[in-house]
Amino acid sequence: MTVESTAARKPRRSSGTKRAAGAANAAKPAAATAQTQDAEPQLVQLLTPQGDRVDNAENAEFASFVADITTEDLRGLYRDMVMTRRFDGEATALQRQGELGLWASLLGQEAAQIGSGRALNDADYVFPTYREHGVAWCRGVDPTNLLGMFRGVNHGGWDPNLNNFHLYTIVIGSQTLHATGYAMGVAKDGADAAVIAYFGDGASSQGDVMEAFNFSAVYNSPVVFFCQNNQWAISEPTERQMRVPLYQRAQGFGFPGVRVDGNDVLACLAVTRWALDRARRGEGPTLVEAFTYRMGAHTTSDDPTKYRRDEERAAWESKDPIQRLKAHLLATGGADEAFFEELEAESEAMGKRVREAVRAMPDPDTMAIFENVYADGHALVDEERAQFAAYLASFEGGE
Amino acid sequence: MAIEKMSIAKALNESLRKALEQDPKVLIMGEDVGKLGGVFRITDGLQKDFGEERVIDTPLAESGIVGTAIGLALRGYRPVVEIQFDGFVFPAYDQIVTQLAKMHARALGKIKLPVVVRIPYGGAIGAVEHHSESPETLFAHVAGLKVVSPSNASDAYWMLQQAILSDDPVIFFEPKRRYWDKGEVDTEAIPGELHKSRVVREGSDLTLAAYGPMVKVCLEAAAAAAEEGKSVEVLDLRSMSPVDFDGIQASVERTRRLVVVHEAPVFLGVGSEIAARITERCFYHLEAPVLRVGGFHAPYPPARLEDEYLPGLDRVLDAVDRSLAY
Repeated sequence: MTVESTAARKPRRSSGTKRAAGAANAAKPAAATAQTQDAEPQLVQLLTPQGDRVDNAENAEFASFVADITTEDLRGLYRDMVMTRRFDGEATALQRQGELGLWASLLGQEAAQIGSGRALNDADYVFPTYREHGVAWCRGVDPTNLLGMFRGVNHGGWDPNLNNFHLYTIVIGSQTLHATGYAMGVAKDGADAAVIAYFGDGASSQGDVMEAFNFSAVYNSPVVFFCQNNQWAISEPTERQMRVPLYQRAQGFGFPGVRVDGNDVLACLAVTRWALDRARRGEGPTLVEAFTYRMGAHTTSDDPTKYRRDEERAAWESKDPIQRLKAHLLATGGADEAFFEELEAESEAMGKRVREAVRAMPDPDTMAIFENVYADGHALVDEERAQFAAYLASFEGGE
Repeated sequence: MAIEKMSIAKALNESLRKALEQDPKVLIMGEDVGKLGGVFRITDGLQKDFGEERVIDTPLAESGIVGTAIGLALRGYRPVVEIQFDGFVFPAYDQIVTQLAKMHARALGKIKLPVVVRIPYGGAIGAVEHHSESPETLFAHVAGLKVVSPSNASDAYWMLQQAILSDDPVIFFEPKRRYWDKGEVDTEAIPGELHKSRVVREGSDLTLAAYGPMVKVCLEAAAAAAEEGKSVEVLDLRSMSPVDFDGIQASVERTRRLVVVHEAPVFLGVGSEIAARITERCFYHLEAPVLRVGGFHAPYPPARLEDEYLPGLDRVLDAVDRSLAY
């Protein structure tokens, strides 16, 4: 079957919308609150935690979007997740060794990022938060580029237009508006492209995210809002962020929302492809809530043992995104031990390369303080640059 | 030469029209900028002539307006956004300060943010709360932004086009109480530099430096002082970031006295920075300390009190007298 043509003809209502209606009928509003956290979330899943393919009518629409995925593709997704986890682990270690000032680990979120990242076309544009190391990997961004800001040598440092991967954004939720504006431009250009904005469950509390939802709906912009609900905004659990399941929020803005198993790379790929397809066809925005879990700390600065239970983490360990695809590959004969061993060696080599690159990363030149403040120059910057250069030169052996 | 007499509002409208004509990437965005033509009619008729894709009515959400303008700029567009009134810019302040101002530097110069934020500002129109403020200092303090304000129709026409042509984000403050003041505009002139000050009245005893709505007050003060035999020079600063310190210094070296006038509160205002820098630069030229005239460290008052709050002819002349008395 050709996925695209089917999708093009079929009027699409959000499966999230359907589920939302069901939930509303089943539970009184007051009871819906408890549902957010305690009830097993209904979500799109194509691979069980044991690695078995899910084949049911409810998921068939999404499954059709990965009907073309070959065993080789699955090995590729597996490789992406392993390499990303290895990179992330290396960065965490480098922070512990004092080479990085801070690191925001993605441990546990590999499937959400690789699945969505691999759904993108080259012409699509990504607006990340500061944790999208796996998406950056999919875009072909050199991993060492991501480390400059965490080492303190720059505040971003890459050319966003080289890989259509915007700078990391620290202020929570700001980038969802940039993505929406960019998508408005894509639509004006008549380009065959879509935009994806990443954010977390905590960001969903920010006004900018609501404004982005609203602008994108009003202008029918080709943007996918990809929320990785990793259950914690530093120490704040989701029940401190919202009273209704996140994906349902899209309804109020007039576009579909869907919840996907964020630890299932195949489901994330399928749902993101579906959402991007809608966007490119001119059907407007979609909210994808990838239901996942941040296994580590928010950043290397916090201590999750102070705010969450060990049992909770342990429960999510059994849903590990990498282990489930490995189980699937082994069970179906999609990969053998030699594949895993080779990948292990490859990831180790990448880790070593990253480690060496970070240690070799030079501090910026002092005068970089004054560079690129303005595109067209600014008299005050020129004056202060000259004064500071003269000051430095006044020291014996100064510059 | 194509000289026309027009109001500042009309000059801004003509300027936007020309920018839209000259570059298909220029967009106008804001609340009510379409059919209504803006609450001050600055965008009057533009949507009719350029369509809803170029002149875009937006949801009522300032952060959204500036945030999406940033995204459009990243896509290669040159958005000119209208913030309806000065006090309404604060919901967008986060996007302007944390995103718009810094993105060029964060990308090591690889991307540009040619966004213009137009803000009608200042008092004396008898408005309600949040409709009469002068927050320019809050933007001038932020590296990465440029901040300008025209005081006359010619500057309104030319400075806005120069702001749109700039590859840097420009906060464009429009003196709303002067919107209906008329002046000559040469639409074929070669405009002066956007960030250069201009001597609008020559004098030899003292320099009055002002921008936007206060330039007219200072010109009136200089005329009144002349009747008392005092020769007062009036400098229109035009740009608050960067400030043309060279231009101020040149004037002060001639007159040896400086009074800076603005509607914004004096405390930590543009005048404070000018006083400090000119004291450094002109210490041996000055016959008197640099004085400042402006708003008080109080919320902008209700309309029935704004005549007392805003610097008028008498308060400016009082400062002139105090300076000359040293």
